[in-house]
Parts: sequence; C-alpha cells; structure tokens
Amino acid sequence: MKKLLTAVLLSASVVTGAFAAGGPSVPMADANIDADNKASLQRGARLYANYCLGCHGLKFQRYNRMGDDLGMDDELVKEHLMFTTNKVAETMDIAMPEREAATWFGQTPPDLSLITREKGIDYLYTYLTTFYVDESKETGVNNYAFPNASMPWVMWKLEGWKKPIYKEVDDHGKTVTKIVGYEQITEGEMSPEEFKSAMLDLTNFLHYVGEPIKQERVAIGLKVIAYLLLLFILSIFLKREFWKDVH
Amino acid sequence: MAIVPNPHGTTGFLGWIDDRFPLTKMWRDHVSEYFAPKNFNFWYFFGSLAMLVLANQLITGIFLTMHYKPSALEAFGSVEYIMRDVPWGWLIRYMHSTGASAFFVVVYLHMFRGLLYGSYRKPRELVWIFGMMIFLALMAEAFMGYVLPWGNMSYWGAQVIISLFGAIPGIGPDLVQWIRGDYLISDATLNRFFALHVIAVPLVLVGLVVAHLMALHEVGSNNPDGVDIKKNKDENGIPKDGIPFHPYYTVKDIMGVVGFAIIFCSVLFFAPEMGGYFLEKPNFTPANPLVTPPHIAPVWYFTPFYSVLRAITYPLFGIDAKFWGVIGMGASVVIIAFLPWLDRSPVKSIRYKGPIFKAALAIFVVAFVVLGYMGFEPATPVNTRIAQVASVIYFAFFLLMPWYTKIDKTKPVPERVTMDH
Repeated sequence: MKKLLTAVLLSASVVTGAFAAGGPSVPMADANIDADNKASLQRGARLYANYCLGCHGLKFQRYNRMGDDLGMDDELVKEHLMFTTNKVAETMDIAMPEREAATWFGQTPPDLSLITREKGIDYLYTYLTTFYVDESKETGVNNYAFPNASMPWVMWKLEGWKKPIYKEVDDHGKTVTKIVGYEQITEGEMSPEEFKSAMLDLTNFLHYVGEPIKQERVAIGLKVIAYLLLLFILSIFLKREFWKDVH
Repeated sequence: MAIVPNPHGTTGFLGWIDDRFPLTKMWRDHVSEYFAPKNFNFWYFFGSLAMLVLANQLITGIFLTMHYKPSALEAFGSVEYIMRDVPWGWLIRYMHSTGASAFFVVVYLHMFRGLLYGSYRKPRELVWIFGMMIFLALMAEAFMGYVLPWGNMSYWGAQVIISLFGAIPGIGPDLVQWIRGDYLISDATLNRFFALHVIAVPLVLVGLVVAHLMALHEVGSNNPDGVDIKKNKDENGIPKDGIPFHPYYTVKDIMGVVGFAIIFCSVLFFAPEMGGYFLEKPNFTPANPLVTPPHIAPVWYFTPFYSVLRAITYPLFGIDAKFWGVIGMGASVVIIAFLPWLDRSPVKSIRYKGPIFKAALAIFVVAFVVLGYMGFEPATPVNTRIAQVASVIYFAFFLLMPWYTKIDKTKPVPERVTMDH
C-alpha cells in the first residue's frame, strides 16, 4: 500500500510537471545560445550599446559589472560601450526622458534588464529575427513574434529588408494564412547567416543581463551538491553507528 | 504540585543555572529523555524539516529586509538590487523564494503522514488543530510575501485574492477597502503586507509551532503502527518501544536534513524559477495596474484550494456564486481540522485499516493533485467540470469518513511496534 501511494504521488507530480505554465501561441525559434562564450557576449554587448541602448535601458546593469563578467577592463568598456555617461559604476540607463519617449513611440520603450526572464530567450531571438516589411504600418515594418510592435526596425542596415512568404494552411478545419518563411528584398551589411548569429549574440547578452550571477550560481551549486553528497554518506554512517543497538 | 527547582540535582555552573531556570529539565523533557517510538519511517522526517525551513525563512527574511524597500516605487528595484549589487544577496533571496515552496512541500507531506498513520486521533487532537492553525498562518504568510517583490503577478495575484472578500454580502466592498488601505492595491497595501509578513504573522507562526510541539510532547508521538508505546513500559517507566529523541532521532534527522538539502540546493542553484512554478514569469516585470497578465494563476501551493473556489459556479439563496466559492475554498481548508472527529476507525494506522480507507485515500490524493493542476489552467467549461468532480471527491473524502471508516474491515493491531527491516 505504501508503495502504491508513493507511486500515485510520484506519477501525479510527473503528470503536472509535464505541462508548462502558459506558452506562446506562435511557434518560436530555438535560441541556441552559449552563456559561457565571452566573445559572443561581448559582441552582443556591442550590438546592444550601438543599436538598442538609445531607447531601451538596462537600469539594473552596471557598466563595470558587465565589464568584469564579460572579460573587458574599464577602459575598453568606456571606449566602446559607454555613450551616455562617463562613470563606469553607473547603470546602463537611457538619456531619453520617459514621458517624451511615450509621446514619440506611443509607449515608453521598456527597460530590457529582465526581458529574457519574463519572456524567455526563444521569444527574444524570434522577435529579433522576424521583422518584415509591412507598408500598412507607420514604421514600415511588422513582427511575427510580437504582431503590431511599435518598434522601428533599427537593424535594417545590418539585415537588409525582407518580406514574408505566406501560405494557406489548415488550422483545426479553418483555412488561415500563415507566415512560413521570408524572402530577402534588399541586402544588408551581413548575410542572413551572419545576422542570425549576431542576433544570437544579442540574445545571449540579454540573457546574461537577466541574471548576471547565473553561470557562477551553477558553478557554486555543483560544489555545494558535491559537498552535500559527501556529507550525506557520512550522515548515513553516523546514523547507522548510533542505531546499531536499536532492534 | 509545587515546582521543584533543579529536579535533576546538577552542580557547578549548570547547577547555578538550573537552580534558577529549568535548562537541564527542558533539555531532558524535550530532547534527551523524550522517548519517541523507535519505528519512525521516511514520513517522519518532515516535521523536523518543517522546522528547518521555518528557520531558513526567518533568517534569510531578516537579511532580505536589510535591503528591501517596502514602497511601490522602490520595491521591485530593491529586489533586483539584492539580486545584483548586494554581495551574496542572490543566494539569500533564492533561499527565501525556494524556501517558500519547500515549506509547502514539506508541510503537505507532513500532513499526509498524519493522514496515513492517524496522527490526529485521540489524544493528539490539539496537536492536529495547532498544526492546522500553522497551515493557515503559513498560507497568509506566503500570500503576503508573494506581494512584496511588487512584480506584475504580485499585483494581480493580490488583486484577485483580496477582491474575493468583496463577495461577502453587505460588508464586502468596505472590507476589501479596509484590507487594501486604499481604493486600489497600492503603496499602502504593500507597506502593510510588509508589516504583516515580517513581524505579525511570523510571531504567530513561531508561537503556534511552540504550542504544536508542547502538545505533541505532552501526549507523545504517534508511529506508523498507530500503537500506543506508553502501554508497554519497563521497570523505570520508560516505554519499551521508545528511544530517546537525542541522540537517536537527532542523528537520523541530520541524515534527513542533508538529504533534503541536496534536493533544496539542486532547485536553488540550478532551477530557482522551477520552470515558472516557484517564480512566475510575469513577476519579472514591475507591477502595472494597467496591464493584466494574460493568465493569472496563483503559486502552485494555493492552486488546489483556488480550484475549489472556481469550481463553484452556482448562485444560491440569491447570493453570488463567487461568495459560495469563497465559502467552499475556506471550507476545503478548515474541514481538514475536523479529521480527529471524522475518522471513526477502530485503528489509527493505514497499515491496519481496511481496503475502503486505502482506496478513499488514494482517490483523495488524485483529486487533490487534479485540483492543483486545474488551478493553473484557464477555467474552460471542461476544466471547470473536472474541477467540480474533483472538489466533490475532495469533500466526500472528509464528509463520508465517519461512515466508511466504521464499516471498513480492519486488521488486528499488534501489541508492540514493528520495525521495517
């Protein structure tokens, strides 16, 4: 009976665990990032500083902490990544006043410090790689992951412009038009492969900003668990020694 | 009976203390000469583990208050400050957030142990009732603690739960305003929840834990056989099947603590968000009264009771269904406290109970888990129907218990406890 109950409990918990809480309604691309790759993180940081930081702050991220974690000294950070301040211990804020930003864009561009923890890296990577030409929009572009996003496509110079390829597909008995791919209209400075890799770097960087301690946390965790396993064996022997005379 | 100072006749410095304060007496009564049954099994780890997690929450909580700011403008940022700029702040914060879920895991298993072995039966009714009061205080503590990071799920979770009080006829709207301290969830709400979370409820919680243990030590621990070990004593008046808590159960509980720490630290270091179940994703964006998260779900430990709330969809006596939902949710928690009087079986432990109880308990566990799962899901008609069936099973387990435990075919209970070997 005891075993049966345990089995019921365990299987029930496995069943509930198998369903993730919520989920995106459109399929997302797989952001295959390598959080230990410092070169990728540095490239991502440079892209962020050049293309994103004008509007999107990282108000919880300090420049020097980023330098330390990503393997860049203060001089390098100051020279290549700091445009709005000269104090390296400051957080990565934007110069634009929030209220005016709301007037210009319809809403204040959100701070992205925690974007990967809120939405996930797959969402972010998909968002960054699915801007397409849409003349009906004020900005001239639309986005697959975030339809009707108010953000203009700031990296068009790198990527060039692309338009979607639509296809009629069957969705639960209804015929709907879906985007199945993109066609490059104009060339950018990067090839499509180079651009995707650059967006992975940028995703990687924002994943780092979401939780700067993450890699260290896992490394410390491995040591803690190793220590605890050793202690567990010792504690079993200690218990056995004391319980020898209990029958 | 007069109090005899220093009944154990200690001398020296300890004697000086014992003449004035019952230090040795307390140590012996509650630890070194508290005789616990020798046949405790796996399920008996969770009491000491609950104490461990409580200590963890109190200590990490104290350190969190050193940098946390209980204001609507600063709360969210101060949590991120703790996560990033306070040395080892991330560890303290994750210990606290993982500890909240661990508390419920441990307490649910501890309560389930009570169900398995009839630990609530006479003479342990008050142990059980104090335990249920601890559970209630814990739910209040967890709910208010979840509001403090002031993420968007904090805000909307509080909005949903506090608005439930509005369903009470007559006083509802005023009561809601009184709880919030404002016309909407605001800085005033956050600030008072902070006060309640860091001092009022913890104080009650610790007091109840003391009462829970005092009541337990007064009557002695139950065991997996449900046998009263005090019936068989040796010439010194020590139960033959009892062993001193210290050193036997202290060393055994150390083993339990380390085993638990392995699981706890695995979550803490490798998956502190637990896939969105321990730290929900919408809580990584600050509270925003204008933007409702697409799907508001309570944290996992509340979902079974939340499901009962949503399962009640019929108005009654001219009062809104929501009110009856609140009543149903409250009843689903409170009914557990009546177990000592609902269980009429001649035996305590499931080992000697009959097939009906075993089947009832298994079905109850499934219903509880189904309710828990449904609490995460949107309330579609199908889901609501499933939750309604599970709710009926949940209440039937308790309400039919006087009947089915009486007719059940039990096995004879042995004179002495049995050991697993």
